[in-house]
Amino acid sequence: MVNPTESPALNIPPEEINAAPPEFHARPYWASAIHVQHVSHAFPTPEGTPLPVLEDVCLDIRPGEFVALLGPSGCGKSTLLRLIAGLEPPLSGTIIQDDAPIVRPDPSRIVVFQDPTLFPWRTVRDNVALGLEAQGVLKKESARVDEALLKVGLENFAKAWPHQLSGGMAQRAALARALVNNPKLLILDEPLGKLDSLTRIEMQSELLSLWRKNGFSVLLVTHDVEEALMLAERIVIFSPRPARILSEISVDLSYPRHRDDTVLTALRHEILSRLGLGKNW
Amino acid sequence: MRLAALLPAAAFAPHLPASPAASAITHSGQKTPAANAARAYRFVFSDWLSPLAWSAFAAVTLLWPNQSAGFTDWAYTKELGEGALVLAAIWAVLAFLAGFFVVAERQSSQTGKLTPGARVLAAFSRAAPWITAIAVLLALWEILTAKTGILSPPFFAPPSSLIEVYLEEYVRLLDCSVNTLALLGKGVLWGGVVGFLLGVGIGWSRRIGYWAHPVLRLIGPLPPTALLPLTFFIFPSSHSASVFLIALATAFPVAILTWSGVAGVHKHYYDVARTLGASEWFLIRRVAIPAALPQVFVGLFMGFGASFVVIVVAEMLGVKSGLGWYLTWSQGYAAYPNMYAALILMSLLFSGLISLLFFARDRLLVWQKGTVKW
Ligand SMILES: Nc1ncnc2c1ncn2[C@@H]1O[C@H](COP(=O)(O)OP(=O)(O)OP(=O)(O)O)[C@@H](O)[C@H]1O
Ligand SMILES: [Mg+2]
Repeated sequence: MVNPTESPALNIPPEEINAAPPEFHARPYWASAIHVQHVSHAFPTPEGTPLPVLEDVCLDIRPGEFVALLGPSGCGKSTLLRLIAGLEPPLSGTIIQDDAPIVRPDPSRIVVFQDPTLFPWRTVRDNVALGLEAQGVLKKESARVDEALLKVGLENFAKAWPHQLSGGMAQRAALARALVNNPKLLILDEPLGKLDSLTRIEMQSELLSLWRKNGFSVLLVTHDVEEALMLAERIVIFSPRPARILSEISVDLSYPRHRDDTVLTALRHEILSRLGLGKNW
Repeated sequence: MRLAALLPAAAFAPHLPASPAASAITHSGQKTPAANAARAYRFVFSDWLSPLAWSAFAAVTLLWPNQSAGFTDWAYTKELGEGALVLAAIWAVLAFLAGFFVVAERQSSQTGKLTPGARVLAAFSRAAPWITAIAVLLALWEILTAKTGILSPPFFAPPSSLIEVYLEEYVRLLDCSVNTLALLGKGVLWGGVVGFLLGVGIGWSRRIGYWAHPVLRLIGPLPPTALLPLTFFIFPSSHSASVFLIALATAFPVAILTWSGVAGVHKHYYDVARTLGASEWFLIRRVAIPAALPQVFVGLFMGFGASFVVIVVAEMLGVKSGLGWYLTWSQGYAAYPNMYAALILMSLLFSGLISLLFFARDRLLVWQKGTVKW
């Protein structure tokens, strides 16, 4: 669909490209493009007047692109993710994945929710195997489960129960459960929101390297401006509820990025002022 | 004597102070001089109390003459006393060995794991206070009945009379136990399966819920025993009627709790499974049911309890076999020792069944260990 040489807008220094595994170069061929076209959504309320949550949202994600969504709490970001995942149909507008409209959940678009939501009655390995089992390919593809566990560094905890994991490990297990399906689009709803700042930084770089190795498209919701700046190629800013897109900011900066980069500092001021918090900085 | 079987020699041989050469290295690879093992002996008072109590019980039984009860003497008094003596000897040996090995092994192994032999001894140590208490209770019982006649026949009988019943009636008691178990098994199996399916159905599908819910609400609270006359009249045999009632008694709590379990599964679990490509069938089988399983077990425990009530009442009123029937029969003949014997048997059987259910739950719900306090 997209020529690998012209996209995506990753400004990777030459030594980084050499360091990346070969499959990295292949990613734009199969990663998904998402087109959110004039989507509005509302929830019914007890009073009868529906609560508008999304208002005429238009958003395009190119194959292999890393897009972050920022917006005030309760504006409707999670709702948009649920619509893109296909868990609910939008009230109006359409959402298209590659060439087909999204009508139901599909393992090519995997969501990692804010809570790890591991199934407590399954071991870590069986949790990671969930997708393959649901799709009926577990017998053939069980090697992928171990691969995914290895990717997130949980190979020694395959037989552990979820309650025996730390918060960060549980979130990594949830990530492995998503990755094992070779998603074309990874939808992340504040996946690192509950972690302490050290684990968070560590997980951010893990996430980044997973994305660069695998090449799927990523849609990340976060409350953390710095996280968005460190990870995303493009940042989309939403208004308070009902969510409209206020503005988009491209982060034309190579990876790995440094937190104290002057460009990032400038962008942070820019974003915070667009979110209406400029005075505090 | 059974002692040899109870104490596998191999488990202890390396530690026996009598063979210092063999005891140089313990299973954990650590050097433990034989002298250490000998010094590690610890006198555990509660362990040693049990052989004492059983000896005392034996002495009371053998040395204190029975009160004459207006008929020939109670049978098996001597055998009871001798049996108690044998047990006292076994407890003494176990107490002696436990003092040597349990403490020593606990200290020498870093993992805290014990060899099989030492595990038997540790189990004995744990049970010792109860073993003592049982001897005291048996002695009291023997004194109040056979020795002093304070509790007099025909309503009360000494422990030795139970031995008589079990030796003379074991064929019939066995037959009754088998019949009770078979009837109970059929009813509980039907009730458990139907209740479970019904609960899943109501919890999952609105349409099934629409029809099943009101029926359940109306029929469920009826005590199944209240339906006994009706079912004995409708069903072709008292056996099938009882199966139906036991099934009914089991099904109601199982259905209600399965339903509430399925209905209480967090929506997030379904969302996760659906985005991973799960079909409706997968959601039921791999999400709803495992998540509801702890509740299902609560329902099964309640169902078991209810089914015990129903089967005993059904056997007392209509079924012509089984332990409930044996109870009424022995009461009719004023054979009270038989009644006690049947009661004890029944309590052992039913508590065995509950233990089985506990065992099944522990196997199926290992994942809950550490998340909830049982
Ligand atoms: N199932 C629902 N029924 C009714 N209202 C809902 C439902 N889900 C969300 N809402 C409402 O929609 C609005 C947006 O919710 P959403 O979860 O999308 O916010 P969010 O942007 O993800 O917020 P946060 O950043 O705090 O997670 C909220 O006001 C919420 O009350
Ligand atoms: Mg949210």
